[in-house]
Amino acid sequence: MDLAAIFAVEILYALASLVVISSGLAVVFGMMRVINLAHGEFMMVGGYATIVAVKSGINIYIAMLIVAPIVVGVLGVIVERLIIRRLYGRLVDTMLATWGLSLLLIGLASMIFGNTTTGISPPIPGFAIGRYQVNGYSFFIILAAVAILVAMFAVLAGTRAGLVARGAMQNPAMASALGYNPERVYMLTFFAGSALAGLAGGLFAPLLGLVPTIGSAYIAKAFITVISGGASVIAGLVSSAVLFGATSQIFTLATTPMVGEIALLLIAVVLLRLLPQGITSRFFRGAM
Amino acid sequence: MINRRTFLASSAAVAGAGILGASAGRSLAADPIKLGSILDTSGAFDAYGKPMDMALRLAVDEINAAGGLLGRQVEIVAYDTQSDMALYTQYGQQLARVDKVDVVHGGILSASREAIRQTLRKSGVPYFYNVLYEGGVCDRNITVIGVTPSQQVEVLIPAAIKKWGKKIYVLAADYNYGQITARWIEKFAKDAGGEVVQTDFFPLDVADFGSTIAKIQGAAPDIVVPALVGGPHLSFFRQWAAAGMKSKIPMASTTIGIGNEHKVLTAEEGDGILVAYNYSPEIVSPANEAFLKAWTAKYGNTDQIHEIAVSHYQGIHVWAEAVRKAGDVGRDKLTGAIESGLSFEGPGGKVLIDPKTHHAVLDVHLMEMSGQKLKVLESFQQRQPSDTQGVCDLAANPDDNTQYEIKI
Repeated sequence: MDLAAIFAVEILYALASLVVISSGLAVVFGMMRVINLAHGEFMMVGGYATIVAVKSGINIYIAMLIVAPIVVGVLGVIVERLIIRRLYGRLVDTMLATWGLSLLLIGLASMIFGNTTTGISPPIPGFAIGRYQVNGYSFFIILAAVAILVAMFAVLAGTRAGLVARGAMQNPAMASALGYNPERVYMLTFFAGSALAGLAGGLFAPLLGLVPTIGSAYIAKAFITVISGGASVIAGLVSSAVLFGATSQIFTLATTPMVGEIALLLIAVVLLRLLPQGITSRFFRGAM
Repeated sequence: MINRRTFLASSAAVAGAGILGASAGRSLAADPIKLGSILDTSGAFDAYGKPMDMALRLAVDEINAAGGLLGRQVEIVAYDTQSDMALYTQYGQQLARVDKVDVVHGGILSASREAIRQTLRKSGVPYFYNVLYEGGVCDRNITVIGVTPSQQVEVLIPAAIKKWGKKIYVLAADYNYGQITARWIEKFAKDAGGEVVQTDFFPLDVADFGSTIAKIQGAAPDIVVPALVGGPHLSFFRQWAAAGMKSKIPMASTTIGIGNEHKVLTAEEGDGILVAYNYSPEIVSPANEAFLKAWTAKYGNTDQIHEIAVSHYQGIHVWAEAVRKAGDVGRDKLTGAIESGLSFEGPGGKVLIDPKTHHAVLDVHLMEMSGQKLKVLESFQQRQPSDTQGVCDLAANPDDNTQYEIKI
């Protein structure tokens, strides 16, 4: 029974980490149709921002939850102003440009921090469920994922800014005619997406040995999650994270981590063959 | 017909020949011996490679300060393989065919050793692999200075079983080192009356061990034995401690500490882990004192020294010893010297080369991590690489070129 509980925690944790990794991409790709191949590197920058902040004496929670998102958000705005805004609507060109950007960021991080592994220890101790131990930090990631989803829903569905953002994405000409500046809305949306990527990087920093190339470990998972989710930003994100997280983790626990990864990719291939527009093209249609 | 381009090319060639001829004439007496070095000094394995590179430079400085070898200075030709196995093939070829070095020292992961071993053998360049590994390489062109399973696992696993219990859970890196070492662990566990209840393999870039930690608890072993390798795998020890498992299930590892992990992890994360290696900075011997002093003089402090940096240092001195004995750097005479009962008194104790396997007979110490240090619990003098001796006899089969694997 206790063992079932810790397995359940691990499965929840896997779903939550997919949500955390993919949320920034879901905003940038799901709403703006911009393929940001530098998403993994945005996370990497968030991770380094956290580590640098912690090592210079800032409280680890402030470093993860505030410093990392702001640093990466600002980076995102700079990138949007310099590169992305010239390429809206040109899918392949943005891919090329952001791929170049990802190489540039890896190179810069290698120059500044060295091509070497750095890390910090998780701030939360483990605790016992019956006879078994769980990693306290797993719960923190689960909470963070829930908080991210609730916040995204609240902003998009409950605030005027969210309404304007959705409107500007759907019909920029109409939004412009109503007195909103779509350029500005795009910029702020990209800021939000980048800040979420930074937050993800910050949250994962204590779990990993950070290297400049760590982004490549996330980018594939994030894209698979977002693309399989389909058109609805939040419903898509949640449904595909649940599907992939549960599958990969159940296979990992039953067999080996390698099989878990393979199972995730297989499910994704089959799913995209059956539902090329993603899960939300068939289920939860019209959800946020 | 001579056009401008061929005229320029041929006149440049003439001029070039002049320069080459002049330099060859001038440097005949003091032509340096070229030592090729191939190490990961950046990337996921740089915790291993950087101190090895420092050890290499220290050893070569010492050799040169003592007048070089055969009256010639030793010059280092070094490549950083950036923890990328593909670069080993490329730089291995470069060292053998373009730089035409006299010897190659290096390679860290067993995968990297196998990537360059055949190239060096074919090109007639003697190769020294100075790293703890899974054993079984049988090749007259290579000399192995690192600790093998019969020197390490055979000491470590029975000690752990005696201390903590019979059920063992193995976590190993998913490449030749981890795969083969996992089988040795199984063998030595069985011999000591224990059993391996489960073995999990992890690709080298895996950094999230949450589900594994849950699985281990499900299996409830008495001992966890990680044979994990590289920067990303270090996360396991952090996550293990963060889950509060440190006090529940003890650990014995075949790899932790090799890259100074005990100094990267906090004392709470590392304390109590059992290991067995050839070197500890606490060894009291004139050779170790001299080594620590020389290292401090060159690098300021001894923080970077670790197991395979010392192996590398010993390997380079063993090679130098062989060159002196052979009176030549060429492969044939050098191999003869290596097979003549060559030995070197290094910081980790006496290194004696076994002529039949080209492996080293070494001292091994059973140690425990304690306060970010390796505390020696028990020492074993001059252990034979019997795993390889059981399958490899280069005196009887000089053309052998296989890595033997243990069968269970």
